[in-house]
Amino acid sequence: MKKMTVKVLVAVLALALGSFALMGCGKDSDTIKIGFNLELTGDIPKVGEASKFAAEMLKEDINSKGGLEVGGKKYKLEFIYQDNEAKAESAVNAALKLINQDGVVAIVGPNSSKQAIPAGATCNDSQVPMVTPWSTNPDTTKDRPWVFRACFLDPFQGPVAVNFASKQFGAKTSAVIFDIANDYSKGLAEIFKAEWEKKMGAGTVVGFESHGTKDQDFSAQLTKIIAAKPDFIFIPDNYNQVALIVKQAHDLGYKGPFMGSDAWGSAELMTLCGKDCIGQFFSTHYAAAGAQGATKEFIDRYNAKYKYVPDDVAALTWDATRLVLQAVQAAGKVEKDIKAERKLVRDALAGIKEFAGITGNMKFAGTGDPNKCAVVVQISPEGKFEFKESVCPE
Amino acid sequence: MEIFQHILNALQFGSFYALIALGYTLVYGVLRLINFAHGDIFMVGAYIAFFVAVSLLGTGGLPLGTGMDPALTLALTVPVTMVLTSVVGVALERTMYRPLRRKGANRLYVVITALMAGLILENGNLALLGASRKRFPDLIEKVVWNLGGVSITNLKVIVIVAAILVFLLLEFIVTKTKIGMAMRGISYDKFAIPLMGIPLDTIIVFTFILGSGMAGLAGILFAMSYPILEPYMGALIGWKAFIAAVVGGIGDIRGAIVGGFLLGFIELGVVAVFPSTLRDLFAFSVLLGILWLRPTGIFGVAQTTKI
Repeated sequence: MKKMTVKVLVAVLALALGSFALMGCGKDSDTIKIGFNLELTGDIPKVGEASKFAAEMLKEDINSKGGLEVGGKKYKLEFIYQDNEAKAESAVNAALKLINQDGVVAIVGPNSSKQAIPAGATCNDSQVPMVTPWSTNPDTTKDRPWVFRACFLDPFQGPVAVNFASKQFGAKTSAVIFDIANDYSKGLAEIFKAEWEKKMGAGTVVGFESHGTKDQDFSAQLTKIIAAKPDFIFIPDNYNQVALIVKQAHDLGYKGPFMGSDAWGSAELMTLCGKDCIGQFFSTHYAAAGAQGATKEFIDRYNAKYKYVPDDVAALTWDATRLVLQAVQAAGKVEKDIKAERKLVRDALAGIKEFAGITGNMKFAGTGDPNKCAVVVQISPEGKFEFKESVCPE
Repeated sequence: MEIFQHILNALQFGSFYALIALGYTLVYGVLRLINFAHGDIFMVGAYIAFFVAVSLLGTGGLPLGTGMDPALTLALTVPVTMVLTSVVGVALERTMYRPLRRKGANRLYVVITALMAGLILENGNLALLGASRKRFPDLIEKVVWNLGGVSITNLKVIVIVAAILVFLLLEFIVTKTKIGMAMRGISYDKFAIPLMGIPLDTIIVFTFILGSGMAGLAGILFAMSYPILEPYMGALIGWKAFIAAVVGGIGDIRGAIVGGFLLGFIELGVVAVFPSTLRDLFAFSVLLGILWLRPTGIFGVAQTTKI
């Protein structure tokens, strides 16, 4: 019996060691590896899925043409997807795994600020370029020369929501409900509150309530908010929570409008929320309904391939990945040494001044944050996100 | 008026805690086992309800092609889900707890097994159905009544009434029937009772049927009230319901119902008075205070060995 146990132990150890040994193999000088740190499971799986789908589409495009041409030679692309379970600590682990085990040149993702802020610190410390498609919190790239993004920032998005809501609803007072455990939600809620009170005077945010990430019941917070009679409710939350919050507010007799932020814009919002969300507004990165040019081409191809209209995360991942690839090309050569190659790519990324993305034109001013426009969309009775207005930074 | 709205909200959420806490308390009362998988059995109940409902409605799941009326679907979904969830509960007992009990393992190991069973259910679901959320179909036409500034939906009333009915039914079974007497007997002395000709395993299976059936019912009602299902939905509410059961006095049915409603009231009461950021901190400090004063819970009786 005892011998048996020892044998089993040895076998398990051997297997584990073997798999470690295998990981180091398979290095091919003709491929360029890009890592993806995505929310494939956990709270917002549709976000990770959309990112992965968009990246796969881009990879097939380039590899079917023989690969990415850098300095006169074609390199095949290899995309490695790691799941960060939509958790901050797993995002760091996923980043470390991509950097140390997979030896990627650059990382795209994580999408949500909750994961992107800690993962950004890891990438910056390890000197690996990282581009987040969807993280709008300022802290993600702040003082981190190795971290970039493809979307606008919350200090820009907050005022967009404030100005739009005051104009559209003629609102004088507002209320906010947000996720206390999510950097994105908390940050945007605070920016919104400060901006609204600056515009409307102190005390005009009549309700400012928080909840936890895993909460399903928001009735206490909403009862408080509704009793304060705001002109509208601002919900900077992920789409899965939005569905529950909007429904419960209606159950509690609230009839006023809601205003949302870019985290609403998932393709899954309408399946979860249904008719309760129809007619509501949110600020986002692009409007799929009525898009033109390259954006429309992307939407049509994605829709044909995966059978649903791509959400903003998909489009931003497309842009973020293209940013990375453009930087790899702009570097002009591929270094054998991975550290030197990463440095080349970072410098090339920092050198990009303008980029025409499918989510709009981006201008970089050397901070890793693009200057780009936001759009406000309304949810149509068919569940489409329809363009309402576009707001550009001055 | 705001205060009545808060009370109503607390009653609704307290009902879920109470329904789940009943399952913990039943199993603990009979086996002295904390069935940590119970929150996940609740989750499985909600998913079973989802698949039964969409199959009957003809909008997904098994292609039965019935296209049934929503009201009729609900009438069928409730018993079918309760039965199927009981089967899951009994299966856990048969495959995980009973073998350990037969070998005379310490209760501690069975509790750890229960924790693992819960994780297996969660991650099994994740592997089987993927991470995408499921949207529970609307089975009853939602009606919002407005009574002088207090909004109440028909669903809220159903949930609260169901919790109270379940409590009365279980109280009746445990205190007034023969099988209930046997359950209390086993709780008192697991070794002497079989000598009197009472089939231990049958009573334990019956307990799991009752507890899991109630978790299944809670799953349906929860899915109707909060119609977004995910594999981890049972974990947090399960832990909180467990705490409710402990505060009420685990092993006592009245304790579960009182503890469940108490937790609902404390949680929502804290949000109503203080900033919502402090909810869990305050809520659990209050519960800690109660346990401090009464370590065995409100209805609990001191015992020499507990886990």
